[in-house]
Amino acid sequence: MRIHKHHLFWPLAMLAALLLFNLFYSPEEFYTVQVRNGHLYGTLIDILNFGAPLILVAIGMTVVIATGGIDLSVGSIVAISGAMACLTISKGADQDALGLLAEAIALSIGIALLLGLWNGLLVSVIGIQPIIATLILMVAGRGIAQLITSGQIITVTSDRYGYIGSGSLLGLPFSIFIVVAVFAVAVLLTRRTALGLFIESVGRNPSASRLAGIRSRYVLIAVYLFCGLCAAIAGLILSSNVSSADGNNAGLWYELDAILAVVIGGTSLTGGRFYLTGTLIGALIIQTLTTTIYMIGVPPEITLVVKAFVVLVVCLIQSETFRKTLVQRWQTRRYPAEREVAKHV
Amino acid sequence: MFKQKYLSIAVTVFLFAVMFLAGSFRYTGFFSLQVILNLLIDNAFLLIVAVGMTFVIVTGGIDLSVGSVIALTTMMSASLVQEHGWPPAVVIPLMLVIGSLFGWVMGAIIHYFKIQPFIVTLAGMFLARGLCYVISINTITIDDAFYTKMAQTKIHLPGGSFISISVIIALVVIAAGIYIAHYTRLGRNIYALGGSEQSALLMGLPVARTKIAVYTLSGFCSALAGVVFTFYMLSGYGLHAMGLELDAIASVVIGGTLLTGGVGYIFGTFFGVLIQGVIQTIISFEGTLSSWWTKIVIGLLLFLFILFQRVLSARQATQKL
Repeated sequence: MRIHKHHLFWPLAMLAALLLFNLFYSPEEFYTVQVRNGHLYGTLIDILNFGAPLILVAIGMTVVIATGGIDLSVGSIVAISGAMACLTISKGADQDALGLLAEAIALSIGIALLLGLWNGLLVSVIGIQPIIATLILMVAGRGIAQLITSGQIITVTSDRYGYIGSGSLLGLPFSIFIVVAVFAVAVLLTRRTALGLFIESVGRNPSASRLAGIRSRYVLIAVYLFCGLCAAIAGLILSSNVSSADGNNAGLWYELDAILAVVIGGTSLTGGRFYLTGTLIGALIIQTLTTTIYMIGVPPEITLVVKAFVVLVVCLIQSETFRKTLVQRWQTRRYPAEREVAKHV
Repeated sequence: MFKQKYLSIAVTVFLFAVMFLAGSFRYTGFFSLQVILNLLIDNAFLLIVAVGMTFVIVTGGIDLSVGSVIALTTMMSASLVQEHGWPPAVVIPLMLVIGSLFGWVMGAIIHYFKIQPFIVTLAGMFLARGLCYVISINTITIDDAFYTKMAQTKIHLPGGSFISISVIIALVVIAAGIYIAHYTRLGRNIYALGGSEQSALLMGLPVARTKIAVYTLSGFCSALAGVVFTFYMLSGYGLHAMGLELDAIASVVIGGTLLTGGVGYIFGTFFGVLIQGVIQTIISFEGTLSSWWTKIVIGLLLFLFILFQRVLSARQATQKL
């Protein structure tokens, strides 16, 4: 098997190109990792830390997209779970109490699971197209998040809650460990059990997999539940990192970044084969790109323009047709005389 | 005879009537011609965008860039007219050309490189939104005579009510949309493409031309909507029309168009936009509700409509058997 045929080749090449660019452009700032008070500091660590919520949401999105669906409501679920947790904690007498923290986390994850179940039921039982089914919650969910926070920004002063998003363990940000755990669980469930095969077959051909005896209904509900769970954890990390919840802006456009990460990772939006590692790399590419753009001093207002071009280039490179066109142009480029000869032979 | 295929539209129209009547019974001053006309005045740009979106969705694609293209149009118009002193007679056609080109490029990338429309138009959305901020990160207010005249001119109708020039533009676009969809070769090709791209290709239909034409049309509609939006707001701003693509998609869906392609009517989209307008009017008449309730109610209604249409199409399917 040739190396560039591997599904991780293009995402990895993209990430490597970004890292290489930084190596030439700002090696000092980008690659220096310092140890201060037993914690690691540096841009690379920041990318992992700030990228954690995106990676989580993208992991959930991958399995949903693998079934041929899409979940537009993740951004809203991120906002709702953060709002729910902060509301619960802000009401407590002692904001650092362990019981209160457990209650907050349980409540926000519970509500996210309910929302995931709602999406799953709409898609599998009622049979609504996923993009529309989740559009409902995307629109209404922002309203619900604002309803929970009463349109305010809720701030909490809980060190224990803050630990989730900004604490560190063994010198590394705690959020990285959450990501590793969720990623490991997702990989184990989909690659070491038949679940992954079920998901791919439902995404490939729903009626054929139903005829083969797969209960596609439960598979669909399970993936939307998992996606909701991932979004909830991301919401906890995000709100804990800034110790506040903003129903209006938290997780805004996360669904788009997450879908982008999945597509960059090589999973097709039409469903079927999915690549969790690819998604992980895709999310890292997006986060590295954002950090790089900020570091090379591009004004923040044109970040979106740069992002648009990178998205386009990444997708073009991954497009088989585009690569073929390029290769053909390259191979058929001959001198005029040679072309004449080729015509007459 | 009443055709089965029009049932979905009939339901949309019926629900619009029910919601309007419910509002009329509940609030005084709701039942008047002017309230209906205000729906058109306040949603003229959405109507125009939704026409382009309907064509895209009928081919089985999606266009996420429409809101950003509107913002970019307002921004460029404001900058050229206000800061560079270009005459509106040059700026407005230029905007329409740029919008069409934008759509054309996206359509070409989607077709020739076989990248999903969702991703390509997402990149288009980022690009257009970003270009707005390149021009300026602040609001540019327009006080050009032509623009203010367009914004303030009221066309009086018999009975004391009035409409704006934007409404006429929107109605013309809808009429043109219906004509293109049902009375031209392009329209038939669009429906055929949405039904099955492979069949369309095997039938010898110009798939490439049609697909690119649809995105060009959507880009044109977005730019025109941007011009109308400039009349409406009299300013250019990078945050204008944020999330409008979702409103447009929701209107198209409420109007009975299937996201899988092949089925849908401009006429249904028209009522889809009006239904969203009625929801907002009802909430503003209610007065005491906080703004976030708008989102929750629109989400809820979206759910009810989709559920209803789903039940309806399921019944149709069983009747066929």
